[in-house]
Amino acid sequence: MKILVTDHDGNEHELEALEGWRVMEVIRDWDLNIKAECGGACSCATCHVFVDEKWIDELEGPTEEEEDMLDTVPDVEVNSRLSCQILMTEELDGLKVKLAPSSRNEDAAA
Amino acid sequence: MSVNEITTDVVVIGAGPVGLFAVFELGLLDLKCHLIDILDRPGGQCAELYPEKPIYDIPGFPVINGQELTDNLMKQIEPFGPEFHFNRMVTKLEKLDDGTFRLETDEGEVFRAPVVVVAAGGGSFQPKRPPVPGIEEFEGKSVFYSVRRMDDFRGQDVVIVGGGDSALDWTVNLQPIVNSLTLVHRRDEFRAAPATVNEMRKLVEDGKMNLHIGQVSGLEGENGELSEVHLKTKAGEATLPATRLLPFFGLTMKLGPVADWGLDLNDNLITVDTEKFESSVPGIFAIGDINYYPGKLKLILSGFHESALMAQAAKKIVSPDEKVVFQYTTSSTKLQKKLGVV
Repeated sequence: MKILVTDHDGNEHELEALEGWRVMEVIRDWDLNIKAECGGACSCATCHVFVDEKWIDELEGPTEEEEDMLDTVPDVEVNSRLSCQILMTEELDGLKVKLAPSSRNEDAAA
Repeated sequence: MSVNEITTDVVVIGAGPVGLFAVFELGLLDLKCHLIDILDRPGGQCAELYPEKPIYDIPGFPVINGQELTDNLMKQIEPFGPEFHFNRMVTKLEKLDDGTFRLETDEGEVFRAPVVVVAAGGGSFQPKRPPVPGIEEFEGKSVFYSVRRMDDFRGQDVVIVGGGDSALDWTVNLQPIVNSLTLVHRRDEFRAAPATVNEMRKLVEDGKMNLHIGQVSGLEGENGELSEVHLKTKAGEATLPATRLLPFFGLTMKLGPVADWGLDLNDNLITVDTEKFESSVPGIFAIGDINYYPGKLKLILSGFHESALMAQAAKKIVSPDEKVVFQYTTSSTKLQKKLGVV
């Protein structure tokens, strides 16, 4: 299965994903720039993505914990999600997301 | 020599779990430590990001949370009397002609030590900055990420953004002294302590402050002096008169000055050897998440191991003529005396 990810520079990447992986882990594993500083514990909100509107309703809604963390995202939108809280399933094959500015790791090598 | 200079065996930069455990390993070898951290308390990521999250891979603890681990480490290193310097960032690190290091903090303190241990994790925690164009020019003049002096807000038109404890606490605390106060949050639910949220709701009800559901989209003003804040709300755009803005979106890690210290880096991590965990500058060690070597795993337990080996090498620098006998805490009366258990 695949996911489509638009990076911080606007380039779209088609990434091979594995069932059960978190979307954040797929993005990180393919070496796209994503800060994800807490490592997937829903504790930092630096894996923030905008989910394509066609896909937003296909996802399980955010937990209260994720909503609380989204409060700490300065660039939040209605389609904001934390990519560490989206688990890949067959149904999400083709999922399209865009990395939010607040998920950029400014210290990463270019 | 400056009067304010603090001289010690080892300066540890970062008081996260690995920096704390380094104090233990160095302490067993009689090395005295000063720790410097940008947060206001020990624990680093464990305290700031996941104090209540369970950690399952600390040897000997089937489950422990970030705060408990920090508390335990603090107890474990207590016998060695580490000295902490919180709310500070090391801005300068240089090697002097006599081979010792001179460190300077953003608060102006100066430290001198023959060994420096960088245990800075992912860098220093800095406030998350809202992506509002031109916000930088207002920072420090009318946009603040913390309240250092309440007087800076007296009689001002204050806009506070956020839904956590910092946002709500300062809403309630500043309201009596400001000219006007507006709280802006993305939703009409707040994760702050319920009592404070109720206090805020009462102030809104009594017409003593305003609450807007939305987010800041723009700033107006000149020479760093804010005059208006633009909001994007569900109802549309809004503009508020504002002379102070306090965004409270929590903290995120930035590498900071570590990159300027002349150390060899690999993708912004400090390259070390795996015998001593020493950087490219002899006498400067790097342990925990901030270092890089082939096969590195960013695990707390890796940092603990690195601390133990680093300490042996640090001892040789501080006391080159002293013969160090490797001992176990279980059997050595000498070590047990240091730990205060016999």
